[in-house]
Amino acid sequence: MLKISDLHVFYGGIHALKGISLEAPKGKVVTLIGANGAGKSSTLRAISGLIKNKKGKITYNDRDITTLDPVEIVKSGIVMSPEGRRIFPHLSVTENLYLGAYSRSDKDGIEKDKEWVFDLFPRMRERQNQKGGTLSGGEQQMLAVARALMSSPDVVMLDEPSLGLAPLLVKDVFEIIKVINEQGKTVLLVEQNAFAALKVAHYAYVLETGSIVLQGTGEELLNDERVIHAYLGG
Amino acid sequence: MNLATFIQHFLNSLTLGSLYALIAIGYTMVYGILRLINFAHSEIFMLGAYLVFWGITLFHLPWPLAMVASVIVVAAIGIMVDRIAYRPLRDAPRISALISAIGVSFFLQNVAIVFFQAIPRQVYRPAWLENPMLWGDVRVLPLTLFVPVLSLLLMLGLVYIVYHTKAGLGMRAISKDIETSYLMGVSVNKVIALTFGIGSALAAASGIMWALRYPQLQPIMGTIPGFKAFIAAVFGGIGSIQGAVIGGVALGFIEIMTVAFFPDLAGYRDAFAFVLLIGILLVKPTGLLGVKTEDKV
Repeated sequence: MLKISDLHVFYGGIHALKGISLEAPKGKVVTLIGANGAGKSSTLRAISGLIKNKKGKITYNDRDITTLDPVEIVKSGIVMSPEGRRIFPHLSVTENLYLGAYSRSDKDGIEKDKEWVFDLFPRMRERQNQKGGTLSGGEQQMLAVARALMSSPDVVMLDEPSLGLAPLLVKDVFEIIKVINEQGKTVLLVEQNAFAALKVAHYAYVLETGSIVLQGTGEELLNDERVIHAYLGG
Repeated sequence: MNLATFIQHFLNSLTLGSLYALIAIGYTMVYGILRLINFAHSEIFMLGAYLVFWGITLFHLPWPLAMVASVIVVAAIGIMVDRIAYRPLRDAPRISALISAIGVSFFLQNVAIVFFQAIPRQVYRPAWLENPMLWGDVRVLPLTLFVPVLSLLLMLGLVYIVYHTKAGLGMRAISKDIETSYLMGVSVNKVIALTFGIGSALAAASGIMWALRYPQLQPIMGTIPGFKAFIAAVFGGIGSIQGAVIGGVALGFIEIMTVAFFPDLAGYRDAFAFVLLIGILLVKPTGLLGVKTEDKV
């Protein structure tokens, strides 16, 4: 289980996260929703080790991982797929996947996982020699997720995976999230598309200006007056 | 100009061009990854030249062994420069690392003055590079062939590392998006260290061959070749390894051939590179193979 207690994040003088606590139990989909600038991405970036200026405690399976650097976080089994997909446009699909496995040295395992993600996303197998930049937006998102899976993670953090995609592709993205979860991975999902995120999530947190203001199961929040009013356009 | 003379000029251009190219690769690789102009690179070149003759005179190493030893030691120095002077500034504004680079450059020059003294030293070339070969009317020093051939082999090695190894994949990823590389578990600092090691090794090799060709050593010997190789890297498109090679070889040809065809201009030889720089910046600021990169907000 990934557990965050009283996490603060600072950017210069700005207090971006004001002591949030949350849990992502093994095998569950947990989502953070909230408006732009609420601190959703900061939470993921703090967990992944990109943000050093933070206070509080992050533990994973009871191990304190608060101060680990990004490489050690990946090795501990937590991977983040960043906002905007950020695939490497000048590298082939296969090279992108190998980059996802950079922290590993088990060659056979890497090849096996490559076949596994090709089975999950047959489109990636078809396009394996194409440069990442030539893929469509939806395919790039698939590649970003597949690349994250190549590190053989237990926890997959996705930052706005549906951002900038056509509505039909957005549906695909949430299908992908279900598939990852069915493979036994814990998913920590950050989304602005609150409705879709709550539908796929076992548990959800609502962030507002750096604090958690609401939490509950996905279903509870889908029916919560405040959530409907603020995020679901009710 | 008859054919024999032309062939000699051609080979000389190729030799000089390869030496520029080897230095330019180091500039361009470091720039590609860190967006840093490593001004200490010309001193790395100079150290390569000095250390090989130190190895020969002080430790009585045979030639090839002294060359390999110098390249390895200089690669280690390059990695140390990054570790001490650049890595602590990784998150600082880019200008800080640039100032640090200028500082390292002065520091290494002065270290060289302390250890090797400021007086220029003569280089004694091994006989097997000295005796000219005659092909018809063409008179060629073995050195003139040795330099491009060895340079080519080094560049092929580099291509292998960049395109066929895991570390090379890391380099290509970091040069595009360092943050995502971190997130994918790329050991960024190790890859950067390797980049400095490789760039410095190539500069050292260039420095050694330069000293064989222009047999004089002095602590400031790296400055002008360093500047010119930097121009070659900009000309080819800084950040692009192929560009650095093309730019370096092109600069070698421009320098030698202009003097060959217009002997009156010989005195302005060092200026050609700078004219080229101004020209390319006016016409195509990204260089021949450079891609426009936008600064991320």
